Amino acid sequence: MSVYLLGLNHRTAGVAVRERLHFSVDDGLRAAEALRREGLVEEVVVLSTCNRSEVYSVAERAAAEVEGGVERHFCSFHSIEPAQLNGCLYRRRDRDAVEHLYRVAAGLDSMLLGEAEILGQVRETYLAAQRAGLTGPILNRLFQAGLEVGKRVRAETRLGAQAMSVASAAMKLAEQIFGALKHNSAAVLGAGAMGGKAAQQLKARGIGGLWVASRTAEHGREMAARVGAQWAPWEKSAELLAQVDIVVTSVAGSEWTLTREALAAAMHARGNRRMFLIDLGVPRNIDPAAAELYNVFLYGVDDLEEIVQQNRQAREGEVPHAEAIVREHVEKFAAWQSGANAVNALAELRQKLRLQREYFTDARSEELARFSAEERERILRMMDDLVEELLREPSERLMKDREVRERAVLLRDLFGLNAPDSSRRGGRGGA
Amino acid sequence: MTLSFTTMGYATAALYMASLACYLRKLFAEGKWAGRAATMLLAAGLTTHYLALLERAFSIHSVPYQDLYGSTSLLAWFLVLTYLALELIHGERAMGAFILPLVLLLLGLDFVVAPQAAPQAPARGSIFALHVTSNILAYSAFTLSFVYSVVYLVQDRLLRGRRPVAMMWRLPPLEDLEQMTRSGVWVGLAGLVVGISFGMIVDRRLTGALLQPDPKVVISFLILGFYVVYLSLSRSPAWRGARASVVCVVSYCAVIFSYTVVNLFLSRFHRFY
Repeated sequence: MSVYLLGLNHRTAGVAVRERLHFSVDDGLRAAEALRREGLVEEVVVLSTCNRSEVYSVAERAAAEVEGGVERHFCSFHSIEPAQLNGCLYRRRDRDAVEHLYRVAAGLDSMLLGEAEILGQVRETYLAAQRAGLTGPILNRLFQAGLEVGKRVRAETRLGAQAMSVASAAMKLAEQIFGALKHNSAAVLGAGAMGGKAAQQLKARGIGGLWVASRTAEHGREMAARVGAQWAPWEKSAELLAQVDIVVTSVAGSEWTLTREALAAAMHARGNRRMFLIDLGVPRNIDPAAAELYNVFLYGVDDLEEIVQQNRQAREGEVPHAEAIVREHVEKFAAWQSGANAVNALAELRQKLRLQREYFTDARSEELARFSAEERERILRMMDDLVEELLREPSERLMKDREVRERAVLLRDLFGLNAPDSSRRGGRGGA
Repeated sequence: MTLSFTTMGYATAALYMASLACYLRKLFAEGKWAGRAATMLLAAGLTTHYLALLERAFSIHSVPYQDLYGSTSLLAWFLVLTYLALELIHGERAMGAFILPLVLLLLGLDFVVAPQAAPQAPARGSIFALHVTSNILAYSAFTLSFVYSVVYLVQDRLLRGRRPVAMMWRLPPLEDLEQMTRSGVWVGLAGLVVGISFGMIVDRRLTGALLQPDPKVVISFLILGFYVVYLSLSRSPAWRGARASVVCVVSYCAVIFSYTVVNLFLSRFHRFY
């Protein structure tokens, strides 16, 4: 039994191709069931996220047959010619396929290094496949270990920690100033994309109150409705400043939206309570001199970009640690799989030898007829004991020695264990 | 017998060190288990520390505040007690890594330079013991407020500097630091007021007067005044934030002065016998 992977991701295919080859959870299950119905694979899971579409399968057939068959299904499901995917698809087998899944679960293969969402997607996909009966002992083991790898990487490294985008870096800073934001309020001035992201982040972090003001009232209202904030007329911005603790500006224009004087007046009106100003405008919206005001914390896009950069470097510094966890689990899986393979091979060999003994005695039934029933029984028992005795030492060595386990798959080739009717060849004249 | 040379003393030091290791782990590598383990180890250390102090109290038949070494150990115990209470109230564990080195330093004094035998204490009654222990509780709470204020000033500087360093993300938020400082000061003021009140009772019993204006009494009232001013300023528009934290740090200088110079060199003016 081998583990196969066929897929494409953000490194090998553009977003247009990825969108076209995306599987919803239900599509993935249907595609997987079709593959299994054809008898091509024994176990199969289709993992599809915005950054990847991958088919993990376990099959006993020859590699070329499995890989070709899975690719054919993959393409026909999406009505696309294989030639159109030239260079987009990658294939991995056994150890490489295992390592790939573990890297995916750990967030090492994500576009956003260490992203948290992928682990949930892997879990959801696996559980759906398991419920549909598409997994077996090997993929169960593989995906369960993959989920453990993901959890360990997030618990033991800082790969999945801290903020990554400019907006989330700003929110982290806000939390360093105010703590939990549920007792604070914020205003977003400007209804642009950056302002929208900041408003969403503020909402997601449970900000106590959120207002949106825009020069174009319609845009402001629309964004306020979208993020669940209150709309405020642009003319009331100065009043808002005196009330809110966090101000995000993302306004187009070459003049200061917030001058030092306006902010000084706002600080006076709010009794110098701390105020965090996030200037996401390019060119800047807030007079940099406002940073000199007491209890004002002013951050611009460049400052936030630097935090994002520091964060990225810190995450990258954690990659070797995460890779080590992945390697450790790949080794564990390989050891488990070679052990399982060896035990299976030995069990099949035992079964084959017993069948051969039966054919052997059947073929010599006339010769055995001259013995009494009791004697025949003893002879057969002795032959069974001989089979067990022959297999005892190999069994013990398999349990003890990892290298022997890894080579044990050769038993299949030596004894032709994969051939369905191979056991018949052991009879008289069977050769 | 000093605290340091008892089994409980060694156990206390070991538990505090293990707790510090966990607090540092929590500070630099995160992880929930490290924070929980740190708190549990600290609570265990607090218990063994209490038993060690009790052992010492039995041997000298008094609360162990008779010499600088005994009182530093008591101060360390109150410091841990107050810190643990504030940690539970505010749910903030990052400061353990800053408080415990101070606690270990105070214990270290007891370990390194303590005399082998503590002086036998003259019997002065339970009111006097409460007077001293309340004051030591106040000093420990003021010490906590001092540490919180210093960390506040560091964090404020880092955040306003707009050149964030890794440490900035590990320190508590400014808002929490300010609240914890105020909590510490409130505990300190309560301890000091109770301590002074008990002192007045003892004084009245011995001399008939409510207050003897000796250096210790004067500095205690000065400390009281400083911290009342701090509490008032910390909510005023012009001073709230970093400026109030500077006031808290300056106020602590008076505590240090009282605990060292006044206690060591001017204590002969402040005797209740």
